[in-house]
Amino acid sequence: MSTATETIEQLANREYKYGFVTDVESETIPKGLNEDIVRLISQKKAEPEWLLEWRLKAFRLWLTMKEPTWQNVKYDPINYQDISYYSAPKKKKVLNSLDEVDPEVKRTFDKLGIPLEEQKLFAGVAVDAVFDSVSVATTFREKLAGMGIIFMSFSEAVQHHPDLVKKYLGSVVPHTDNFFAALNSAVFSDGSFVYVPKGVRCPMELSTYFRINAKDTGQFERTLIIADEGAYVSYLEGCTAPMRDENQLHAAVVELVAHDDATIKYSTIQNWYPGDKEGKGGIYNFVTKRGLAQGRRSKITWTQVETGSAITWKYPGCILQGDGSIGEFYSVATTNNWQQADTGTKMIHLGKNTRSTIVSKGISAGHGQNTYRGLVRIGKNATNARNYSQCDSLLIGDKCGAHTFPYLEIRNTSAKVEHEASTSKIGEDQIFYCRQRGLPTEDAVNMIVSGFCKEVFRELPMEFAVEAQKLLSVSLEGSVG
Amino acid sequence: MSMLDIKNLQVKAEDKDILRGIDLHVNPGEVHAIMGPNGSGKSTLARALSGHPEYVVTGGTVTFEGKDLLEMDPDERAREGVFMAFQYPVEIAGVNNSYFLKAALNAKRKHHGQPELDAMEFMQLVQEKAKLLEIDRSMLTRAVNEGFSGGEKKRNEIFQMALLEPKLAILDETDSGLDIDALKLVANGVNAMRSPERAFIVVTHYQRLLNYIVPDFVHVLSGGKIVKSGGKELAHELEAKGYGWIDAA
Repeated sequence: MSTATETIEQLANREYKYGFVTDVESETIPKGLNEDIVRLISQKKAEPEWLLEWRLKAFRLWLTMKEPTWQNVKYDPINYQDISYYSAPKKKKVLNSLDEVDPEVKRTFDKLGIPLEEQKLFAGVAVDAVFDSVSVATTFREKLAGMGIIFMSFSEAVQHHPDLVKKYLGSVVPHTDNFFAALNSAVFSDGSFVYVPKGVRCPMELSTYFRINAKDTGQFERTLIIADEGAYVSYLEGCTAPMRDENQLHAAVVELVAHDDATIKYSTIQNWYPGDKEGKGGIYNFVTKRGLAQGRRSKITWTQVETGSAITWKYPGCILQGDGSIGEFYSVATTNNWQQADTGTKMIHLGKNTRSTIVSKGISAGHGQNTYRGLVRIGKNATNARNYSQCDSLLIGDKCGAHTFPYLEIRNTSAKVEHEASTSKIGEDQIFYCRQRGLPTEDAVNMIVSGFCKEVFRELPMEFAVEAQKLLSVSLEGSVG
Repeated sequence: MSMLDIKNLQVKAEDKDILRGIDLHVNPGEVHAIMGPNGSGKSTLARALSGHPEYVVTGGTVTFEGKDLLEMDPDERAREGVFMAFQYPVEIAGVNNSYFLKAALNAKRKHHGQPELDAMEFMQLVQEKAKLLEIDRSMLTRAVNEGFSGGEKKRNEIFQMALLEPKLAILDETDSGLDIDALKLVANGVNAMRSPERAFIVVTHYQRLLNYIVPDFVHVLSGGKIVKSGGKELAHELEAKGYGWIDAA
């Protein structure tokens, strides 16, 4: 074995950096799911009656629904009674400021590179930190509030802005949407809420950092972002979890609403624990994300870098309702070792002159299986709709797989829809070429992979593009020997 | 001691013995041409020297500046100053040509304990070399070899060579597929880089390239062995008599 190969193997054996567990006293409700549990969650959050009713409606529907099986992933049946649906670090009293966050929790976020002290954060990024089932801190709230921007945890929004929550909750992803969305609607615990008022351009990146800590729990967060007329907001979420031998379920729902001339950019850097090299453990990331481009000339952009999770199942989509509205989806999904991903997007064109762009980059290594699944639907009234889709797959090694399932439904003859797809193997010859110029193997692989992902990375906010690139190289370590 | 000492080198590729005992000594400042019919092992020699993983050394030694070259990984050989211009340069989509070159150059500088060049210093160097080789600036901002014509790819190889300033440059059939104008450009680039400190191994099937890059020595390979060595006139003799003449001899 050459020394370069050895170096890479050593790197590969390096542990998942975020796999530690925080020792914090938690309040975790008993395992199992029934109406009493739903009531208990609602009660813990002191929710109004209408929200409890909404949860119960979702729960009763969920009981009648079947878990989907059409996706191109394999896993043992999930025992929904063996999960705890609520876990929160115990707090002694109501938090009045960031200083009152449990020091252990604070240290956790410090360790993850997300200091909760405002002065230590990236300039220009406000953070909502979610630990297991609850939001523990939201930074820069006052500054944002001064401009009329609401950025707080979902639970707080229910208390402080019930009208807004009531108006928009479930308006894009109804509780009837699918099995996991119904489950989430019944038991969701926390998440972020953003409202940007008319004509306001949010001056900083808003971001939520999700952390699963407790054992045998699931995380079911709910995020709702509303950009009123002419508003602009860029939002980013990041996620990590400890290394555990059991699989943990993460079933989130994200809803975006963009009014006339509003723009929402939603970026995800997903780095949940992917399981070990034998495929043991890891997060099941079953997520429903959708944006409603309701207003004229509104725009929604989804950018995702999916490097973690044992299984990823998500299709962030756009409903292009407003005339002239734009939907974009930029995705990098990597699967290494035994990871599986079935991800893509849905672009539903309803309004006239609507445009959508899909750029999907799938990278498979080890025994990883990577599926792109995308729907482009052009409705009857969507005159002059345009779509451009590009799906590229990169294979590293010969035990992995790449699959592409594009669905096109076109009901208007003026539509222009383009689809391009490619599959390539990262070549020994490419790596050798780089090495012959003096670059070590790891650098060569990183360079080739980032070149492949370039069109997606340039859509990320600057601070995170670098992070994403690093993450990608870590997640692919050991894939070339 | 020469810069490069090859002793009884034997190399396998795809389980077939290709090189069956090569001896070659190259001193700084010299240009050695390696000629031979198809399948004689010329390109194998070039690739084995650069450490291509598909070429397995089964016997012999190669010493480069007193160090065991065969012990080194391909990237280490490159950083030590061995450069190979590829017969078929590969494309790397999405990776900017000058970004690639900067990474390569800095990897080498770091290896030699020199400070890495910043963007400004690098661009200055690039402009200087681009002028020397009549390289179109737009080639630098494109992805590595992506969409390049055959001629552009070969010029890009020579450009990389000029930038990395190797001690030993190996040209693996750089002339294949080039028209006469492109061939002249490539040859001019190589000639501009000839110096008393630098050595070249020029692998070629045709004598044509050697009209422009005049070698000090010509070696003829056949059946995995050097069967004849001589001065530049040997190339002309081969041109006149064909490779059959060697095999018959």
